[in-house]
Amino acid sequence: MRTYFQRRYLGIPYVLFMAFFVIAPVIVILYYAFTNGEGQFTIMNLVGFFTSGNTIGTLLYSMWIAFIVTALCLLIAYPAACVLTLSHIKRKNAILLLLITPMWINFTLRITALKEVLTLIEGNMALYPFINTVIGMTYDFLPFMILPLYNTISKIDADLPEVAKDLGATDRQVLSKIILPLSMPGIISGVTMVFLPAMTNYVILDMLYNSTYIMGSLIGSYFAAYDWHNGSMISIVLLIIIFVITLITDRFSADDEDRKGRNLL
Amino acid sequence: MRRILLCISCLVFFLLCGCASADNDEVVLRVCNWEEYIDLGDWDEDEAIELDDDNVIIGTDPMYEEFCDWYYEQNGVRVRVEYSCFGTNEDIYNQLTIGDTFDLICPSDYMIMKLMKEGALEPYSDEFFDSENELNYYIKGVSPYIRRIFDENQINGESWSKYSAGYMWGTTGIVYNPQEVSAEDASHWNILLDEDYRRKVTIKDNVRDSYFAAMAILKEDILLEDDFVLSDEYETRLAEEMNDTSDEAIDSVCAILKDIKGNAYSFETDSAKADMAAGKVDVSYQWSGDAVYTMEVAGEEGVELSYIVPEECGNLWFDGWVMLKKGIEEDARKKAAAEAFVNYLSRPDNAVRNMYYIGYTSVISGGEDSTMFDYADWYYGSEDEEDTVDYDITYFFSDTAEPGTYVITSYEGCETGGLGAQYPTLDTIRRCAVMQDFSGDSYEKINRMWIDVRCFNILEYLKNILVTIHSQPHAQSSRLRASVPPLAGLRLLMWVG
Repeated sequence: MRTYFQRRYLGIPYVLFMAFFVIAPVIVILYYAFTNGEGQFTIMNLVGFFTSGNTIGTLLYSMWIAFIVTALCLLIAYPAACVLTLSHIKRKNAILLLLITPMWINFTLRITALKEVLTLIEGNMALYPFINTVIGMTYDFLPFMILPLYNTISKIDADLPEVAKDLGATDRQVLSKIILPLSMPGIISGVTMVFLPAMTNYVILDMLYNSTYIMGSLIGSYFAAYDWHNGSMISIVLLIIIFVITLITDRFSADDEDRKGRNLL
Repeated sequence: MRRILLCISCLVFFLLCGCASADNDEVVLRVCNWEEYIDLGDWDEDEAIELDDDNVIIGTDPMYEEFCDWYYEQNGVRVRVEYSCFGTNEDIYNQLTIGDTFDLICPSDYMIMKLMKEGALEPYSDEFFDSENELNYYIKGVSPYIRRIFDENQINGESWSKYSAGYMWGTTGIVYNPQEVSAEDASHWNILLDEDYRRKVTIKDNVRDSYFAAMAILKEDILLEDDFVLSDEYETRLAEEMNDTSDEAIDSVCAILKDIKGNAYSFETDSAKADMAAGKVDVSYQWSGDAVYTMEVAGEEGVELSYIVPEECGNLWFDGWVMLKKGIEEDARKKAAAEAFVNYLSRPDNAVRNMYYIGYTSVISGGEDSTMFDYADWYYGSEDEEDTVDYDITYFFSDTAEPGTYVITSYEGCETGGLGAQYPTLDTIRRCAVMQDFSGDSYEKINRMWIDVRCFNILEYLKNILVTIHSQPHAQSSRLRASVPPLAGLRLLMWVG
C-alpha cells in the first residue's frame, strides 16, 4: 500500500484548485480581452485602454490613492512594530492581538462605524471624499502592514543592535544600518499587501461616498453594461501591473534564498 | 488508502443518486426575483392585516412555498419552486448570457423590452388571459390603468402584455425633509444642482435613473411650458423628450451629471434610506417604493419626510414577470405552472401581503374583489373626523366608474406621504413617462458618457490646465509658464475628490 503513495500526491488538491479557480478564469478573461462583441480577435480593447483619458486617469488616481495609503500605513506601522519588538513590554502578544483584532471584524461593519465617526468629526463627510477614502483604507489595511513588519523585526537577532552600539554606533545608525536593512523583506511584503488591494478595493470607496471610480469600480461598471471585453482588458492590464510590481519587489529580497516568495504572502 | 477511496466513491455515488432521483412527475420551476421582493412570511400575530372580521391577512410561510401546496390542491401536480434572487437588471441579464437558465424572472420594464427585442421571451398562453376562469387572478385583477399601458406599449409590433405580467409599479421622485427643504424647491429636478443643498442631496448610482433626472433638468424649460403641458399630444411628446438620445442631449446630460457629482452627497443604491432618517441628507432621488420605506423608517425615528414627483416629469416604471424560452423549452406543464405562479401572486390577499411586506405597489387592483382597495383604505384612511382630505384614485381601480368612486379619506398631507407615493394622483401620473430601453449606438454612447462622469479624466484635466495657462494675459505668461506647471503638478498630486 505504502509504495503507491507518493508525497507529491499531497499537491493534487491544490493543483486542481489552481487549475479550476486560477488558471481557467484567467484564460476566460484573456479570451474576452482580445475579442470583440462578435467573438473576433481584436486588439482594440488594448488600444482603447491606453488611449482613453478615463482609464489612464483612473489608473493614476487608483495608484495615487494606493500610494498615499501605503505610505501612511508604513508610517504608522513601522514605529509601532519597532516599539513592540524592542521595548520590554511583557505582554507583547496581547498588544499585538489588540492591533490585529479589528481584522477579525468584517470590514463593511468597521467602515460603517467609521462613517459615523467621520460624520461626527467632519459634520458632512461627503465634503471630503478623498481624505475619507484614504482614512478608510488605511484603517482597513493597517494590520496587513503591521503583521509582516512585526514578524521580520522580531526575528532580528537582539544582540545585533547591542553589538553595534558597543562598537560605537549611535541609535540613529543602529536604526539605519542594522534594523532598516534587515527589516526590508517585511517592508516589501507589507507594501505589496497594502498597495495592491488599495488600488482595487472599491467597496470602501463606495461606502465612504467617493463617487470617482478607481480600477475596481471601472471594471464593475463595464461588466454592468454587458461589456465583458473592455472590462476583461482592464483586468488583464491590472494583472500585469500587479505581476510587475511583485517581480520588482521580489528582486529586493532575491539575494536571500530562503525569503524568496515570502513577499507574496 | 483503499478505505478512503471507498468512502469517496460512496459519496460520489450518493450525490449522483440525489441528482438523478428527482421525481419525474414533479415540475421544477426556476424563479428568479429581486432581493426582498416577495413575502417571506413569519409575521407576528399583531402584524395581521384585519380588513374586516372575515378578511384577515397574515403571512406564515414564504409565498413561493405556499404556492406549491396550492398548486397541488388545484391541479394535483407537484411543483417544486427553485427560488433565487438577483440584485440588478444587469446582473440577471449577465446571468442569462453566461448560461444560467430560469423559467420565470421579474425584471424591470427596460429589461423586458430588451429581452423582447432579442426574442428571448415565451408569450403567455391564451388561457392566461381568459377572465372566465376563476383561478386567473392576474387578468381578473390587474388594474385597468396598468393593463392599458402594457397593451399600448409595443416592441417589434407586439405589446408588452403578450410577454409580461406586471408585478409592482411606481414612479421616481424626490424624498425630502420639509424641515430643511421647501416643497417648491423639491418639486424641481434642478434641486440636485442647487448650491443651497450642497452635499445634502443623493442621486441614484445607475446610468438610467441619473440620465432621466439630468434630462429633466436639461429640458425643464420646455417641459414646464404651458403650450407643451396643455397640448393634446402631451403624453407622447413628453415620452419623446424624455427618451431623447441624440448626441447633443447626451453631451449636455454628461455636463449636468458632472455638476451633480460635484454637488451631491453620494451616488447611492441603498444607503440614502438610512442617511435620510439620520438627517445626513435632506434630499434624495428615490423610487416610490423605496420612498415609502424611507418615510416609514424615518417616521419611526421621529423625522417626517415627504415624497414628490417633480413638476417637470417623473419616470413611470414597472417590474413584470416574464417566462424565458430557454427555460420553458415548450414544456406545457412548466408553462402552466409558471402562469399559475403569476396568478397566485396576483390573488388579492397575496398581492396585499407582498405590498405590505416590501412597500411597493402591486399592479393588482382586484377587479370585482375589493380587498386591494380595502387594504389601501385600511392602511392610509384617517380615523379622525377633522383635518382630512379626500384622495381620489378611481383611475387605478376602474376604467368605467365615475371619478369619485374609489376615494380614500386620509390625513392632510397624504399627497406627499406614503399614499401619494404608492398611489399617485391622476395629475401626477399624467406627467410621468415610461423610459425606453437604450439600444445600439445610443446605448454605447450613454454608457461611455456615464464612465466619463464617474472617472478622473487625465487628458481633460491636462487640457484644462493648458487652457488656463493660455488664457492668461500675455504679459504674465512668461512668468506663469515657469510657475504654473509645477503648481499644476502639485495640484494633480493633491487632487481631492
